[in-house]
Amino acid sequence: MLQADRIVPTVCPYCGVGCNLELHLKDDYIYRVTAPFGSVVNRGNLCVKGRFGYDYIYHPSRVTTPLLRKTPQRAGERTQAFDLEEWRLVTWDEALDTVADRLVEIYRRDGSDALAVYCCAKAANEDNYLLQKMFRALFRTNNVDHCTRLCHAGSVVALQQAIGSSAMSNTAAEVILSDCFIVTGSNTTENHPIIALQMKAAVQKYGAKMIVIDPRRLELCDYAALWLPIKPGTNVAVFSAMAHVIIKEGLINQQFVDQRTEGFDEFARSMEKFTPTYAEMISGVDRNLIIAAARMYATAQRGAIYWGMGISQLSQGTASALAVIHLALLTGHIGREGTGLNPLRGQNNVQGCSDMGGMPYHYPGYMPVDDPANAAHWERVWNVEAGGLNRRRGLTTTEILANVHPGGVRSLYIMGENPMMSEPNLNKTRQHIQQLEFLVAQDMFINESGAFADVFLPAASWAEKDGTFTNTDRRVQRVRRALAPRGQSRPDWEIICDLAKRIEARLGRSNSAYWEYAHPSEIMAEVSRAVPEYAGVTYARLDAQGLQTPVWDESHPGTPYLFSDSFPRGRGKFTPLEFIPVTELPDDEYPLILTTGRVLEHWHGGTMTRHSKLDELYPEAHAQIHPVDAAMLGIENGQAVRVCSRRGEIVLRAEVTEKTSPGVVFIPFHFAEAAANLLTLDALDAQAKIPEYKACAVSIFPASPAELPHQEKRVPRGRY
Amino acid sequence: MTEVNLIIDGVPVSVEPGTTLLKAAEAAGIVIPTICYHEACTANALCRLCVVEVEDWRVLAPACVAQASEGMIVHTRSERVERSRRTILEMLTSAVDLSESPEILGFLQDYAADSQRFPGALRREPPLLDDNPMYVRDYAKCVLCWRCVQVCADDAQYTFAINFSGRGFHTQIGTFFDKPMPETTCVFCGQCVGVCPTGALKPRREWLLEQGILPEEIVQSSRMARKQKR
Amino acid sequence: MSELDFTALHTALQEIAPHGRSALLPALHAAQAIYGYLPEPVAAEVGRLLGVPLADVCGVIDFYSMFYREPVGNKVVQICGDMACALAGGEALIRAACRHLGVALGEISADGGFTIERVPCLGLCEHAPAVLVGEQALGRVNPEQVAEWLNGHGMVPVALVYGSHRRLTINCGRGRPATLDEYLESGGYAGLRRALSLSPDEVIAEVKASGLVGRGGAAFPTGLKWEGAARALGEPKYVVCNADESEPGTFKDRVLMTDDPHRVLEGMLIAAYAIGARQGYIFVRGEYTYAYRAIERAVSEARESGYLGESILGSEFSFDLELRRGAGAYICGEETALFEAIEGKRGFPRIKPPFPTTSGLFGKPTVINNVETLCNVPFILEQGAAAYRQLGSPKSPGTKLFCVSGDVLRPGVYEVPFGVTIRYLLYGLAGGVRQGRRLQTILFGGAAGAFALPNQLDVPLTFEDLRQAGLPLGSGVVMVLDETRDLRQVLAGVARFFAHESCGKCYPCQLGTQRQAEILERVARGEPLPGDAGRLSDVGWTMSDASLCGLGQTAASAVLSAMQHWPTLFEPTIKGDGLDKY
Repeated sequence: MLQADRIVPTVCPYCGVGCNLELHLKDDYIYRVTAPFGSVVNRGNLCVKGRFGYDYIYHPSRVTTPLLRKTPQRAGERTQAFDLEEWRLVTWDEALDTVADRLVEIYRRDGSDALAVYCCAKAANEDNYLLQKMFRALFRTNNVDHCTRLCHAGSVVALQQAIGSSAMSNTAAEVILSDCFIVTGSNTTENHPIIALQMKAAVQKYGAKMIVIDPRRLELCDYAALWLPIKPGTNVAVFSAMAHVIIKEGLINQQFVDQRTEGFDEFARSMEKFTPTYAEMISGVDRNLIIAAARMYATAQRGAIYWGMGISQLSQGTASALAVIHLALLTGHIGREGTGLNPLRGQNNVQGCSDMGGMPYHYPGYMPVDDPANAAHWERVWNVEAGGLNRRRGLTTTEILANVHPGGVRSLYIMGENPMMSEPNLNKTRQHIQQLEFLVAQDMFINESGAFADVFLPAASWAEKDGTFTNTDRRVQRVRRALAPRGQSRPDWEIICDLAKRIEARLGRSNSAYWEYAHPSEIMAEVSRAVPEYAGVTYARLDAQGLQTPVWDESHPGTPYLFSDSFPRGRGKFTPLEFIPVTELPDDEYPLILTTGRVLEHWHGGTMTRHSKLDELYPEAHAQIHPVDAAMLGIENGQAVRVCSRRGEIVLRAEVTEKTSPGVVFIPFHFAEAAANLLTLDALDAQAKIPEYKACAVSIFPASPAELPHQEKRVPRGRY
Repeated sequence: MTEVNLIIDGVPVSVEPGTTLLKAAEAAGIVIPTICYHEACTANALCRLCVVEVEDWRVLAPACVAQASEGMIVHTRSERVERSRRTILEMLTSAVDLSESPEILGFLQDYAADSQRFPGALRREPPLLDDNPMYVRDYAKCVLCWRCVQVCADDAQYTFAINFSGRGFHTQIGTFFDKPMPETTCVFCGQCVGVCPTGALKPRREWLLEQGILPEEIVQSSRMARKQKR
Repeated sequence: MSELDFTALHTALQEIAPHGRSALLPALHAAQAIYGYLPEPVAAEVGRLLGVPLADVCGVIDFYSMFYREPVGNKVVQICGDMACALAGGEALIRAACRHLGVALGEISADGGFTIERVPCLGLCEHAPAVLVGEQALGRVNPEQVAEWLNGHGMVPVALVYGSHRRLTINCGRGRPATLDEYLESGGYAGLRRALSLSPDEVIAEVKASGLVGRGGAAFPTGLKWEGAARALGEPKYVVCNADESEPGTFKDRVLMTDDPHRVLEGMLIAAYAIGARQGYIFVRGEYTYAYRAIERAVSEARESGYLGESILGSEFSFDLELRRGAGAYICGEETALFEAIEGKRGFPRIKPPFPTTSGLFGKPTVINNVETLCNVPFILEQGAAAYRQLGSPKSPGTKLFCVSGDVLRPGVYEVPFGVTIRYLLYGLAGGVRQGRRLQTILFGGAAGAFALPNQLDVPLTFEDLRQAGLPLGSGVVMVLDETRDLRQVLAGVARFFAHESCGKCYPCQLGTQRQAEILERVARGEPLPGDAGRLSDVGWTMSDASLCGLGQTAASAVLSAMQHWPTLFEPTIKGDGLDKY
C-alpha cells in the first residue's frame, strides 16, 4: 500500500461549496483525495469532481510552455489552432515581452476603451485582484469582467437593488435549521452536491419541508413536499403570485415589513394582478400548488430560499430575483439562522472574484467606479495620480464581445475562461472573437477560446499554487500548493506581476502600482488594508479555518449570517414588477423550449473535466426530451437527433426521460462537439446584462447515427 | 445537568449523561480498540471488538454504543474481554486479507492473536472488481464494517447504490444483481472510499501506482484519447 | 428474457405498493408466485413501484432463503436436514429424490418440474422425516415412495397433542382449525369480554399477577412488558405476534396456529387493549403456509363477527391486524430482526437498548409476544390470575407446551403443568425411548440448547430448577437421543444450522458460526486436529459473550454443553461414516 509523501489540505477547485480536501501525494503525483470529517463545510463528503477529478493536472494535452502563434493572426481573419504544431514554444521573456508590446501599442493608439480583460472565477482571490489592478491602474480601463456575468449577475443586481448586498445571506449548512425551504432554478444534486446532501438531511432527519420550483423533475423532487413544474422564464408570475397570496391571506410579517422595508404599498398594488389563476395561466403550475407553497413558506418558523441559474439566466433575470427576494422581505425570513436569501454561487471563487473587483462597475469591495471618493481611494492604494483612474463604468463580458470591432475593443486578455463555449449564440461569439486584433490566453489547456489566441501563457493549476478562494457562503479559505507547477507553468499572480512590470516599464510610469510580492499572503495583506470586508483576513488566521466575510478586523470571527439588524442600504426595498415573457417564445417553426445547464461529472466548457477520467463516466452530450414530446417527434431513447435554433444546430443523442417536462428540452453545455450554446440566444437582461440561457426556441428532428460526434459505445449509467 | 459517575479499570470517571463507554474510557485515558466504529457514521456495534465487561451484566457490552450509567463498574481488559477480542481478531484474519489495515494488524499484535489459529478455514476471496474509472473494489479485504453501505445510504449520500448480498459468513457488499458500478445509482462521490478501513475500496489511480504502473502510463491509458470534433 | 408482462404484477401490488418499503416482503412473495422466481426486471419493477432503492431490493432477496434470484423448478421440494429429521433418515430422502430426478441438490430437473433443497428445521419434528413439496407438508416420508411424495401424495401431518392438562390445547389435534363457533363453544373470547370490562391498567395488573413469562425462549415477564409499552411515549403503538417458530425441534406454535387460531387472536386483542394499540401484525414463518391460511381464515371470521375492526364487541376499542409471511430466515424470530423484516429490510437484529417496548416496530412502542404466550392470556383474563396459578410452581406458574421428538415412542406436543419431572414427561407420558433402546441424552432448548444427562431425569420442569441444573427451558424442545446416536454428527448438524442462519452482521457470529461448523465437520469425521477443543471453546465463549443477539449468544451452547459432558468426543477416535450413522 502507498504511503503518502505528503498530505496537503486545500479547497476544491470546482464549485462554490468550497469543500475542504486533503491531497495525498507520492513524489509529485496526487493519488488519493480525502476530506476531513470535521470540516464544517463538507463534513468529510465530496462529489466525484472533488474526489477524483484532479487528474487533468497531468493530462498530456496540458500546455506548460509559453506559446506564440506561428502564423500571425489578423483582425477579421483569426483562426483556431488546437494543434501544437501551429505554435512556437518560446521563453517567458519572449511571450511576456510580446504581450506587453502589443497591449501598450494598442493602448497608446486607441486608448483604454480598446482593452478588455476576463478575470477568472476559478483563479484565486490574489490572482484576480492583481489582474483587475493591472488593467485598471496601468491601462485605466474598467472593461474588466468575469463569468458571473453569465451566471448570477441577475441575482447580484437584484440583491444590490433590494438590500444593498450581493452574496448569500446565510451559511449553507444552516439548511438543517430551516423548517421550510424553497429550492428554485437549481439542480442542487448535480451542481452543489454537498449542499444537496445537507438539504436531504434537513428533510429526512430534521423534518424540514422542501419546495422545489423548477421546470425539470429534479432528483431533489424525491424529497420535496411540493414540486411546482414551472415553465422556463415565468418566475416573476409564480413568485409574485406567492407574494399575492401571502399578502391577501394576512401572512406577512407586519412588524418586519413596517420596520425593515420600504415601498410596500406601491409594491402591493403591483401584486394585485398576480392572482394564482393568472400565474397558472402563464406558468402552467396548478394554482393550488402556488397557494400551498406560499402558505408553507410564509407560515414557517425559519424559511429559506436557495436559488440558481433558473432565476438569474433570463432576460428578466433581475426581475425574477427581485420576485424571490420579495418573499423574504414580506415574511421576515432573513437575518436569522436557518433563513435567508441564498443564491448558490457556481464557481469555486466567483464570490471571491467579484469581491476582488473583477467587474466593470465595481472596484474591489463593491465600491462603484463612478463614485469619485472610491476612485480616489484606489488611486492612493495603487499609486495612481489623482484623477488617473477611469470613472466611467466599463463593459460587461457580453458587451465586450459585442464591441469587438475597429473603434471598439481591440484586445482581450482571457484568464482561465472559455467564452467560445460559455457565451450564448456561439456562432456570433466566434465572429466577435475573430475581429480581435490581439488575444492573450492564460490557461492550462488550449481550449476553444485559447485556440484563437496570439499568445498562450501556461498557468499553474490550483494544486500548484498558494492563494485563497471565497466560496458561496462567503467563506475565505486557504488554497495550498501541493506540488511544483508542471513544466514551465507559473501561478497566475506571478505571471501578472511579471507582465505588469514590463508594461509599466514601457509606459514609462514613475510610480509603480506595486508588483513585488514575495508570496500571495502579501497580496491578501494589501487587499485587507483596502477592502473593509476583508480587513481581518490574514493567512495566519486562515491556517486554522476559513473566515466568512465580512471580517471587519483581526479579532472579528467572521459572519455566518447577515442582516440581523439592518440591510447595507438600510431598509429592504420592494420593487413593483410586471410579467414580461422570454425573448424567444416557442412557435410552430421552433416548438420546444431549450434550457441549458450542467451535469454532475462535468464543468462548464469542459477545459478541466474533458481532460480527466471524469469524461469516461460521462463522455457525450444528451438532450433530455420528455416522453410525450419524443412520441410526437418519433424519437426513441438513445437515438441521434438534430436540435436546431434560429442561430445554429447540433447533433447528439436523445435521452427520453421524465426528468424534464413536456415542451422543455435540456442540454448540458460542456461538449464542444455538440455545443449547446450554438443554439442559445444572446438576449440580455437590461440591467444585469446576463444572457437568457434558460429559454430559447428549438426544434428537434431525428438524425442518422453516422452524424453523431461519438461512435463509441455509450456508457450506461444508473444514476438519477 | 447531573453527571454520571462510574469506574473504569479502577479509575473513577465522571461524564455527561448519554456518553458512551468508549468516550468515557477515552476521558480516562483508556484506549479501547474498534474496527467498525467511525465518528462520521452511525455506530452499529457489530465488530464487537470494543466489548467490555460490566459487572452484573450477563454478556459483554459494546463500548461504542453502551451508555455510561451511575455506579457502573467496567473492566476493559478482563479475561472474557481479552478472549473475545483475541478470538475475533484471529477469526477475522483467517477470513480476509488484512495486509492494508495497519490499525487492525496492530490489534493482532496487542492481543497476541495467532493468525494461523484456524487451519482449513474458509476465506473470503472474491476477485477484485475493476469496473469504473474511479475506484476499485477488492472485497477480499472487506471486513464488512458496514461503513460504505451506510455512507451511501442515509448517513451521508442518500444514493443507495450498494447493499449486502448473501448471508452469514458469505455476506458480501454488492450492487443490484451485480451490476457494474456505473450502471447503478452510484454518483462516484467516493464517500465509501473515504471511510473504508482496509483498502478494500481504493482510488483506481492509487491501485495502478501500487502495481508499478507509471503515472504517465495511467494518464495515457484513458479511453478517451480522442481529438474533439469541430 | 425479453419484455416481461407486468400486468399481473401491477394488479397484485396495487393495494400494497402505497405502503412503500414495508410492503417489500409481501410484494416479493406475490411477484415470485407469478413469475416462479425473481428475475432482475421483476425485482426492478417491484423496487420502482414501492419506491425502494434497487440495491436494497436485491439485498433483501439475497437474505431470505425462500426468495430466488435464479430460476427454480415449478415445485421446490424442501427436505428437512435438521435434528429430528436427520435422526429419522432425512438424508436418505434427499438421496432418493436426487436419484429419482437425476439431479443434484439445487439443480432444476430436466422437465423444469422440481428443485430439491436441503432445508433447516421445518417445524414438523413429531412427523420426522418431513418434507415440504411446494406448500404441501408431508410427514413420515418413506424414501422408497419417492415418486408419490414428489407429487405431493403422502401423510399429511396432523398435530399429535398429548398432556395431562389441556388448557391451551383443548381444541388441538383434530386435524383442522377450530372454527369461530367451536372456539366460542369452548369458552373462546370470554377473556376478551372480561378484559373490555376492566381498565387497561387492570388488565395489565391481572397479567402481572399471573406470573406469565414469555414462551419464545427469553422468558421475560409478560405483564412487565405490557406495562412498559403502555407507559411509553409514542403513537401509534403496535402488538406483534412472533409466529416465526424456527428453533429446530420446536413445533408447538405451528400446532396452536393451525388448530386453534382464534386463541392467538384473542391474546393479541387483550394485549392491544392493555397497551393502547390499534394495529397489530402476525409474522408467520414463510414455511408455515398452512398455519398462515388457518390464521387468515380466523381473521376473516373475526372481522365478520365483530371481534376485529372498529368498536369491538360494542366497546370503544378498535383493533385490526395484518398478516405477514417470513421468507426463510431463523434470525427473524429475534424480535428486532422481525421488525426489520416487517419494515421490508434484511433481518438484521438491532442494538438493544432501546427495547421494543419503547422503540420497536417502525420505531414505536411495541409489544411482541410468542404465539404460546398469547394463547395463555385468554385464560388469565377469563378465570383470573389466581386460577392460572393453581397449576405450576410459584416461580413458574401455569402450563407449558413441550415439543418432544427424536428417539421417543410418542413424539408430539405435550401440555403439562410446570413442575412435573423430565422423567414423568418422557416415560410417564411419551412412552420412553423407542425400540427399547437406552437413553443417551436429551437436548433441551433445541439447537440453541444444552444436553441433559440420564442422571438429571428427576429435575422438575420449571425455569428455576432447570436453570440450576444448567439446562435451558427455551421454547420447550425435548429432543431425545438414544445410545446409538453419534453426538458428533448431532453437533455438526447444529453447527451447520447456525452457520446457515447467522445473519452476518456481528463478527463473533458471522465468523464464529463458520469456524465452529468447520471444526465440528472434522470432529464428526473423526479427524479433529490438535487444539480443536481449545478452538471450539474460544470460539464458543466468544460467541456467547460478545455476539450482538441471542442467535450468536446461543450458537455454541449445545457445543459447550457437550464439551463439558463428553470432552473426549473432541479427540481423535474411530472415523465416523458421515451422516448415515446419524
